[in-house]
Amino acid sequence: MRTKVAVLIVLLAGLHLVLLLAGFFAPYDPIVQNREQSYAPPTRLHFRDGSGWHLRPFAYASTVVLEGDQEGSYQEDHSREYTVRFFVTGPRVELLGIYQSSVHLFGVDGPGRIFLLGTDAYGRDEWSRLLCGGQISVAAGIAATLITLLFGSAVGIVAGYYGGWIDEALMGANELFLSLPWLYFLLGVRAFLPLHLSTLRTFFLLTGVIGLIGWARPARLVRGVVLSSRNRNYVLAARGFGASDFYLLRRHILPEVFGLLLTQAVLLVPRYIAAEVTLSFFGLGVNEPVASWGNMLSTLQQYSVLVSYGWLLAPACALVVTSVLYSALAEVFHSRLKSHST
Amino acid sequence: MKLIRLALHVCLLAGACFAAAPAPEAAKPGEELSRMADVTGHYGGHLTVGQRSEPKTLNPVTATDAVSREVIGRLMGDLIEINRSTQLTEPALAKSWKISADGCMFTLQLRKGMRFSDGHPFDADDVVFSFNVYMDEAVDSPQRDLLIIDGKPIVVSKLDQYTVRFVLPRPYAAAERLFDGLAMLPKHLLEKPYHDGHFAQAWSLNVSPAGIAGLGPFRLKQYVPGQRVVLERNPYYWKVDRENQRLPYLDELVFLFVGTEDAQIMRFEAGETDIVSRLSSDNYSLLAREKSRTGSQLADMGPGLEYNFLLFNLNDLGGKKLDEVAGKQAWFRDLKFRQAINAAIDRQSIVRLVYGSHGAALWGNVGPGNKLWVNQTLPHPQQSVESARQLLKSGGYSWNAAGQLLDSGGRPVEFTIITSSSNSQRMKMATLLQDDLSHLGMQVHAVPLEFRAMIDRVFQSFDYDAAIMGLGGGDADPNPEMNVWTFNGTSHLWHLNETQPATGWERELDQLMQQQMVTLDYAKRKQLYDRAQQLIAENLPFIFLGTPDILAGATARVGNFHPAVLDPYTLWNADELYLRGPALENAGVR
Repeated sequence: MRTKVAVLIVLLAGLHLVLLLAGFFAPYDPIVQNREQSYAPPTRLHFRDGSGWHLRPFAYASTVVLEGDQEGSYQEDHSREYTVRFFVTGPRVELLGIYQSSVHLFGVDGPGRIFLLGTDAYGRDEWSRLLCGGQISVAAGIAATLITLLFGSAVGIVAGYYGGWIDEALMGANELFLSLPWLYFLLGVRAFLPLHLSTLRTFFLLTGVIGLIGWARPARLVRGVVLSSRNRNYVLAARGFGASDFYLLRRHILPEVFGLLLTQAVLLVPRYIAAEVTLSFFGLGVNEPVASWGNMLSTLQQYSVLVSYGWLLAPACALVVTSVLYSALAEVFHSRLKSHST
Repeated sequence: MKLIRLALHVCLLAGACFAAAPAPEAAKPGEELSRMADVTGHYGGHLTVGQRSEPKTLNPVTATDAVSREVIGRLMGDLIEINRSTQLTEPALAKSWKISADGCMFTLQLRKGMRFSDGHPFDADDVVFSFNVYMDEAVDSPQRDLLIIDGKPIVVSKLDQYTVRFVLPRPYAAAERLFDGLAMLPKHLLEKPYHDGHFAQAWSLNVSPAGIAGLGPFRLKQYVPGQRVVLERNPYYWKVDRENQRLPYLDELVFLFVGTEDAQIMRFEAGETDIVSRLSSDNYSLLAREKSRTGSQLADMGPGLEYNFLLFNLNDLGGKKLDEVAGKQAWFRDLKFRQAINAAIDRQSIVRLVYGSHGAALWGNVGPGNKLWVNQTLPHPQQSVESARQLLKSGGYSWNAAGQLLDSGGRPVEFTIITSSSNSQRMKMATLLQDDLSHLGMQVHAVPLEFRAMIDRVFQSFDYDAAIMGLGGGDADPNPEMNVWTFNGTSHLWHLNETQPATGWERELDQLMQQQMVTLDYAKRKQLYDRAQQLIAENLPFIFLGTPDILAGATARVGNFHPAVLDPYTLWNADELYLRGPALENAGVR
């Protein structure tokens, strides 16, 4: 059990660290177009050429083969080799939003290019976009989860602790929120906003919207826990000794809620990352050319792209991996919580 | 695999026998049939076409959408047709016509012995009736505008049973092209609803097959809501092939409603449909990759007539509360600004990345696909960021330390391009333009909008900076372009609702367009239209980007498949299409 948690936490921490330092792990600027390399498949790494084995992997230059008068497939040009180098100098990027750096984990010498996950329609490096897009998508997921839990638990505690008409009013609003058709509502709201919003504002809008829509369910759960713990004997005893509401909440009730919130958090993060993907898919997310997993996936709405360029599914795979890690963690938390309470 | 194919053929054969189509009538003496000297094929089978949506009506007078027109076009006949492959006019129901010396009077001689698809004879009374319906204001036909010249209607009169005269209020260039698309209506079926005042409701999709008749190669057999329209052979059709066999060859033509372009492709790949048209280049490449396996026939007809362009909002915004847009109009109105953008655009990339090399770059409103009218002398400058920067510099623009472009007042140049989110090609163009213009230090945002929302901004609210749109695609003639280039035209997009031409060049353009419309001589007309194209290319009310090729595909078994660059791209010769394969031979002929 303990090792499972440790492994999951290490894996998740690793994933987030890579996303956090996306600029370092990505060899290229995610918005730079290489128009000669549109829909290039992932670069294959080799260790062996005509002269024998090499310790360092290398890539061949890829060239477009013409079929008749139209552009056909890409082919490796075996006369031009580019060795993969580590800690190379590349385009200048911002790390963590403050630190300027031009050192990248790996790269090849120009004019060669290394596209680990191929390129999109404009020849932009899919790997770099995946990392930088992940920054936005995962950050939106985490921020929205925080908003949901803060708001949801506040509402749940107030409703559960004070009861009466406050409880009824809050839970009424809660039901209303659960029953609204959110996607259509959001599509309508978007029409009233200005045409262009900067990436930062879109990000806040996205997290705000996702976070505030989701508060209803955690609020109900928290209310249930508060409601049951409010009438426990030790709480009643403390109240009898003259403890204030604030003291009771802090000392006796919040600790009960905490485990629940932690489980909810790990459950909600992948859900909200997926929500960002859905909203971007419908054009409510971050605009081109900035990458997010959602707007990267939206190009797959076209059947021809979906069946022709498999590597563009990378964001979907990343989403699945992230979700699986988070839900595994949630399951562990949940079973621990259960054994703890019994 | 073979077994499946055999089973399929048996099914098809059984289906064909079960729903036996009427056999073509033998030619009668006195029937003036039109002989297609280079057409051969054989009878039988049914051909299926996937359509993106259901037709809205079968009424040729009130139909406005392309899907309805595609079906109606197979049911109806015109007096004079534009041959889609030569782009020239050809006799159809009218076997010949004479134009008076002043160009105002057309005398048409109708074919004798023609019958509607219900067997009722066709003559001059039907022609006069049809034109009266088209020109009736109460019916509100979209074709009415074409028949009203200078506010006066064309006068149609019957000279004898097979001769009709049209008198125009003034000469009108290429007037015979107007007849293409004006379906001749059966007076015996439609006179009553017309006089009762409910013509617009006649021939809705629920019309019974006996209640509708036309002069096209097919007639209505069945409409299944939400699924398909089935047409069967018109046994009285007026064209015969080289061996004097009456056309059409097909027993049935089925329009299947599939929903989207992607669904069209999937149905075609699955062998459920025989023909796809209006293919995007992505889907064309997809089918091309599978060609060796499927053996399907794919056709790239070269650039079509559509032109895609970047449009700046030069509308008069007085009275509208759009201060932000109005503030940017100073840039958009500046010719040097538009020239700089024109120079900075990498059109070759548009052709390669947006059209997958199945398209052409454009520098003017007439593309290379329109061989009769394109102005070959217009320059096609390559992309040059350097000359774009020079132009901006000479226009008083400068750059700050971060490389941002500033106008003479020190304001950073930043604007938004809207496109329709349902058009992935134009969305791609916007992303490419965004990148191209960033090399000039311009901050450009590309915003996809739902189609109607975009149209509303461009035509009504004027709340936009710039847009990527497309126009054209109807006929090769300059006349359909009148509503774009004359100052009071309904598609004068950059500056709608003008009361008079805003600039000197717009005044000249207006005069040129009006003049070409009344000039009958092609060479003179071409000169006028060449000058108009030059004015447009120099003054850049639109910044032209590119035009896609016309791409279409058919399964291997479709014979006489000759797509054209004019609409309808593939079914214009539906009467000549036939199905190859022994199993189908003579299937429907008893």
